[in-house]
Amino acid sequence: MALLKSAFFQLLLFSLLLAAVSKGLLNPYQQLILTYVAINVILATSLNLVNGCCGQFSLGHAGFMAIGAYVSGMLSFYLHPFSGALQFLNFPLYAVAAGAAAGVAGLLVGIPSLRLRGDYLAIVTLGFGEIIRVILLNMESVGGARGLYGIVGPQNLFVGSVVAFFMAGATWTILWRLTQSSYGRAFLSVREDEVASECMGVNTTRTKVFAFVVSSFFAGVGGSLFAHTTNYLNPSSFQFMKSVDVVIMVVLGGMGSMTGAVMAALIVTILPEALRPLQEYTGLDLRMVIYSLCLILLMILRPQGLLGTREWKDLWIWWKQRRRA
Amino acid sequence: MKNQILGVLIASGLTLLGCTKNSTSENANEIKIGEFGAMTGPEATFGQSTDKAIRLALDAVNAAGGVNGKKIRLITEDDQGKTDEAAAVVKKLITQDQVVAILGEVASSRSRAAASIAQQFKIPMITPSSTNPEVTRGKDYVFRVCFIDPFQGSVLAQFAVKNLKAKKVAVLKDLKSDYSLGLTEFFMKKYKELGGKITSVQNYQAGDTDFKAQLTDIRGEKPDVLFIPGYYTDVGLIARQAKQLGLKAVMLGGDGWDSPKLFEIGGAAIQGAYFSTHYTTSSPDEDTQKFIKAYKEKYNEIPDSLAALGYDAALILVDALKNAKDLSAAEIRDAIAKTKDFKGVTGKITIDADHNADKNAVVVQVEGNELKFVTSIGR
Amino acid sequence: MEEFLQHVLNGLNLGAIYALIALGYTMVYGVLQLINFAHAEVYMLGAFSVYYANRLFHFSDHPGWQSFIASLAVAMVVCSLVGLLIERLAYRPLRNAPRLNVLITAIGVSLFLQFSGQALFGADPKLFPEVLRDAQLMRFGEIQLSSFDFTILGVSLAAMAALHFFIQHTKVGMAIRAVRFNQKSAALMGINVNGMISVVFILGSSLAGVGAVLVGLKYPKIDPLMGMLIGLKAFVAAVVGGIGSLPGAVVGGLLMGLCEEMVAGYLSSTYRDALAFGLLIVILVFKPSGIFGKSQVEKV
Repeated sequence: MALLKSAFFQLLLFSLLLAAVSKGLLNPYQQLILTYVAINVILATSLNLVNGCCGQFSLGHAGFMAIGAYVSGMLSFYLHPFSGALQFLNFPLYAVAAGAAAGVAGLLVGIPSLRLRGDYLAIVTLGFGEIIRVILLNMESVGGARGLYGIVGPQNLFVGSVVAFFMAGATWTILWRLTQSSYGRAFLSVREDEVASECMGVNTTRTKVFAFVVSSFFAGVGGSLFAHTTNYLNPSSFQFMKSVDVVIMVVLGGMGSMTGAVMAALIVTILPEALRPLQEYTGLDLRMVIYSLCLILLMILRPQGLLGTREWKDLWIWWKQRRRA
Repeated sequence: MKNQILGVLIASGLTLLGCTKNSTSENANEIKIGEFGAMTGPEATFGQSTDKAIRLALDAVNAAGGVNGKKIRLITEDDQGKTDEAAAVVKKLITQDQVVAILGEVASSRSRAAASIAQQFKIPMITPSSTNPEVTRGKDYVFRVCFIDPFQGSVLAQFAVKNLKAKKVAVLKDLKSDYSLGLTEFFMKKYKELGGKITSVQNYQAGDTDFKAQLTDIRGEKPDVLFIPGYYTDVGLIARQAKQLGLKAVMLGGDGWDSPKLFEIGGAAIQGAYFSTHYTTSSPDEDTQKFIKAYKEKYNEIPDSLAALGYDAALILVDALKNAKDLSAAEIRDAIAKTKDFKGVTGKITIDADHNADKNAVVVQVEGNELKFVTSIGR
Repeated sequence: MEEFLQHVLNGLNLGAIYALIALGYTMVYGVLQLINFAHAEVYMLGAFSVYYANRLFHFSDHPGWQSFIASLAVAMVVCSLVGLLIERLAYRPLRNAPRLNVLITAIGVSLFLQFSGQALFGADPKLFPEVLRDAQLMRFGEIQLSSFDFTILGVSLAAMAALHFFIQHTKVGMAIRAVRFNQKSAALMGINVNGMISVVFILGSSLAGVGAVLVGLKYPKIDPLMGMLIGLKAFVAAVVGGIGSLPGAVVGGLLMGLCEEMVAGYLSSTYRDALAFGLLIVILVFKPSGIFGKSQVEKV
């Protein structure tokens, strides 16, 4: 019985179910899109930890994603302990390694940067993100400017979906538990008033760095999934635009809301695909124009995003209250 | 008030989404071929020329009754000149549009990324103009209808030594492109074999606008020839800045220069430069002249070699579709591999064991807004 | 030695252009504490406005001083209008919002302009019209001095001097300095704060327009995404010099140009972008207020 209640088992069941349902209802391309949704969920929830819960504005998420992606890709060339039917077990391994590498990078970047506030932190993280990209661009051993070809992926789309959903679910669970814990309280206090929390005995620097490292870890995990889904890596996929994409997801969902981040990841991934026919009709690629216009309007009309700082529990309560009224 | 505006926006967004749900209709009487290329971006003429020629070819085929009674439907995707986008659109063509074969691309880096996807999904792919050998290496589903860079590099090295009498050559290569790196390697190997001296190898990245630093260093070495194995947009700018700095070397390049926009971007600075390419409009061959005339009539411009190769690639694919026992991927692949002595507008095309074509290279010189034929070099 | 001097000349030219654009960033930050990400796109629109104006009026058929001044005028006017529009529509509604929101809006405006530019103008690069003929003026051994080099340096310095004079020696300039110091007090003194902010945007955008024409002369390839990288580097230059400080932007820009040229010439061209960010990080870690900036004390 305890097994059934364990998070691991529930996650596994959830991933299998979701993958089976999507396989039944959707065509292969749409299943692929759902895998991208999973990747974006991982990225959005991890950035939400730093930007939303901790109130530190980081614009360098793409850099950590890149580190995770490249580490995972390179590792998959040299190390594959499982093969055949169990090949899918390789990917969690790569993901953890990728996350660890990205986490270390997060530590190195975070310690000097997190002394700065607001705009300055944003600029520095932007700078680090770009430096990571340029370093990867110049490393011939990982393909440099031409990119890394032929990275292995899961043996078929179904297995790939299961792995992706499992990782997204695991990320959500871990981050959710973190925000509900005393660490989560520390993040929130730093967000609300740094000076006051320092006075109350919260080591703000340590808290901020911790949030940053955890966020980078999961960015690396997201990058690893990205590498094995697209089978090809190029530093140009990790430019500033990618960081902005993830920021848009966090802002749209509501900075500080994990549920919002998931919803926003869903919307942001599916919207360009849904708008693709528009491109065929008009001959112009208006998707990004609509995208950016939505961002501006969002900030002017509803800056708290879709959910503000509310989570699914709050939505549930709100729904029940409405029903009662 | 704010929430109302938001509500209206969301509602209109959803309606838009609803309108776009109509998926393209399936038709059992059609053969779907996918095409991808750079229709926009810095190398846009590559994709556009190839696309125009492919449409010219396929329209003619459809007008003559199609392939075994079925019409061909071409689904084109724009990779915007980005390598990761190329991989993504090819995946889409294969998984969503379910094409039976793919035509594309010109730039070797993008073709290579797409080729590994095509090979993974086992869909035949023909690249009309990618010359880097890695594109087809080890992939039995990928083919090309042009020569490869080991040959092109050797041709250029021979030209530099015999025709340009160059004793010293400086190289300015593009780090972002497989094509540029490969061509440099093969050129340098042959040139050194023939006794020439490479003064230095400098780098730039596609999209850079300032090359003065590298060109200043090159100017100090006083080479006879400046070898620029890149794409036309960057080459045009490099030529301008070289002239501004007073660099006197003759400029030499590969088929990446071939574009009607080269004259515009390079201006007076690119006059008199030489490059190798796949065909010349002054070819006496009858089929070639018919193609040039038809292309000019339809599009009001002279086809460059990318268009000519696109035309040949499309017709070879159609030929294979006609000869294949059925429309399964393996059969189409085998039919393409059997192509022998196909009379294309860029010459006689035979697909060899490495899935490459063995053809002559033509060296041309920039004169005004046209390309003057200089010589043709074979194996 | 000659090579080194040529590199210095190249670097100064590059730096002058960075300085022009950096001034725009620094002025807006000074009054609004906002990093105007959209400034790079204003610059891009300036270049394109001259391209399209040329299609209408055919400046490039008679290259010379009149065409040059005409194209400068076109660029400056268009850039100012765009800058004003952005300020009015996107930034003014958020005047009292948290800084994060405004930052995100600025990013949104930047993206919007970039992609609208791509949709409207087409993503393939275009050739900037030749409004001024380049001529080899002097030679010192191997070093070439072309008229372009003089024009770029000269026009940039003239623009910066004009700005300096305007800010330091006119009433409007004094009003702007007051708003920069403290918005509320300036309003109490009877200064039209909104109007002054608009003037700042006009000034900054006009400089971007001048920069666009100069860049168009030197590097004639223009495309809708050209603003991004140069904007980022100019912004870094502004931060290095001390964001909010006008002499800082100029010094930062020149420094950035020189360093970039040296790295490209003596190390490898591929590291030039990394240099910009490396410089940024070094400055932010060791002296976050920049070369000319004053560190601010946060009162609790």
